[in-house]
Amino acid sequence: MIEHFFITVGDYFIFLKKVFSKPDKWNIFFKKLIFEMDAMGVGSMLIVSIVSLAMGSVITMQTAMQIESSWIPSWTVGFVSRTSIVMELCPTIISLLLVGNLGSRITAEIGSMRVTEQIDALEVMGINPASYLVLPKIVASVIVNPVLIIFSIFFAIVGGYATIAMTGCVTTYDFMDGLTYCFRVYDVVYALVKTFFFAFVMSSVASFYGYKIDGGALELGKANTQGIVVSSFIILILNVLITQIML
Amino acid sequence: MIELNNVSKFFGDKQVLFDINTEFIEGKVNLIIGRSGSGKTVLMKCLVGLLSPEEGTVLYNNRNFHHLASAEQQKLRAEMGMVFQGSALFDSMTIHENVMFPLDMFTNLSNEEKLDRVNFCLQRVDLENVNRLYPAELSGGMKKRAAIARAIACNPKYLFCDEPNSGLDPKTSLVIDELIIDITHEFGITTVVNTHDLNSVITIGETISFIYEGHLEWRGDKDNVLTSDNENLNNFIFAQPLTQRLRQTL
Ligand SMILES: Nc1ncnc2c1ncn2[C@@H]1O[C@H](COP(=O)(O)OP(=O)(O)OP(=O)(O)O)[C@@H](O)[C@H]1O
Ligand SMILES: [Mg+2]
Repeated sequence: MIEHFFITVGDYFIFLKKVFSKPDKWNIFFKKLIFEMDAMGVGSMLIVSIVSLAMGSVITMQTAMQIESSWIPSWTVGFVSRTSIVMELCPTIISLLLVGNLGSRITAEIGSMRVTEQIDALEVMGINPASYLVLPKIVASVIVNPVLIIFSIFFAIVGGYATIAMTGCVTTYDFMDGLTYCFRVYDVVYALVKTFFFAFVMSSVASFYGYKIDGGALELGKANTQGIVVSSFIILILNVLITQIML
Repeated sequence: MIELNNVSKFFGDKQVLFDINTEFIEGKVNLIIGRSGSGKTVLMKCLVGLLSPEEGTVLYNNRNFHHLASAEQQKLRAEMGMVFQGSALFDSMTIHENVMFPLDMFTNLSNEEKLDRVNFCLQRVDLENVNRLYPAELSGGMKKRAAIARAIACNPKYLFCDEPNSGLDPKTSLVIDELIIDITHEFGITTVVNTHDLNSVITIGETISFIYEGHLEWRGDKDNVLTSDNENLNNFIFAQPLTQRLRQTL
């Protein structure tokens, strides 16, 4: 068990070394990069915005309900909602959502190429399949995920604002006041740094599990589940570490 | 020339290849024949380095492939073309893009020259009007032929075909055999073909290595394959009623 763990970790770093070697042809790399960014970004936009709207709405309602008391200033609702949305909910929850969405797509794509010997075909041609297939995906995800998170923050706050406007538990003026109260750019930087690392973990772990499949299509499902579980786990641990370091 | 010395391959405890010694000659079509499960595909994968044999050496013009630095290996591989048993076409690309792919990666030809080359290769395997289709939209035999077109796109010095004409009708099968022998002679390619198609054996087998349960049982060529006295080889060749009847008339 422990031996297996260390072997897998070792394999993962050997895999990364293979991935981060110079692409054979830069123009092909950039073409693939643009393609991946388009597929990942545009493909996830809808689900990210829906989840963010709902999340922003719920967190605002819950906050408003908890602190309904006359001696707490009413801008607190906006302030607390914003802080939780920017610092934790969007970067972490949406990253976990993207693990299920983009990560599993990456594992399936690379895994099926492994099962049908397409990766072997690349290797025989003298192409480094890890770099050719995986590097554009990793680079695309560390660029696209932070952008998605910024959209997500925007939609979550819109969700919160709409909820306040409709329920009227505090005035929209107070809510806006709270949203902008003591705003620190560092909070956003912290969120984006987290997202960057989460995106790297998501895409590299998902690719790794697809790449190392040995066997038939049955393995594909297993690899998919493992990829999701392991990257979610690493993301949660990283979350604690990065928070400890940055705050 | 590709030379195999004492090659053995294990999967876990199971030994699949036993001490294989054989050679594949430049400018000739070299066949590896044997029954299903005898180890032909494993042997071919050892040749191209997708598997590493636990024992023995694979020499390309006296250079040990498995001991080359990876940059050297890549250079050698750019000169290889391989047709996999399951075709292994890239299914996110059209047939046109599949054949274009090695040209994009390894040549600096202009778009027009690449286009010409793609069409030429597809023509040679009798595949026309499929450029825009995806592999999933082709029949098994058409995929095979597209894979052959991809393998020859870059004028390889080494061509490996794992059962290039299984799943093809007799007529197309002949076309493929002719293509293989033509390009081998024309460009002096070292061609290695896995097959259990008897017709190929007696028409294009310029050297033949017969594998039986992982052992190299017999080496020869198409002229003496029908008259050998190796019992396993004869059981393999004369397994079907048609060939049995043929033997009686010989
Ligand atoms: N990855 C693997 N792990 C374990 N055993 C394997 C593996 N690949 C092949 N084998 C075994 O090696 C033996 C030879 O297989 P191989 O695929 O080389 O047969 P073959 O001669 O190509 O047959 P066919 O004509 O049906 O393609 C078989 O017994 C097979 O079970
Ligand atoms: Mg085979």
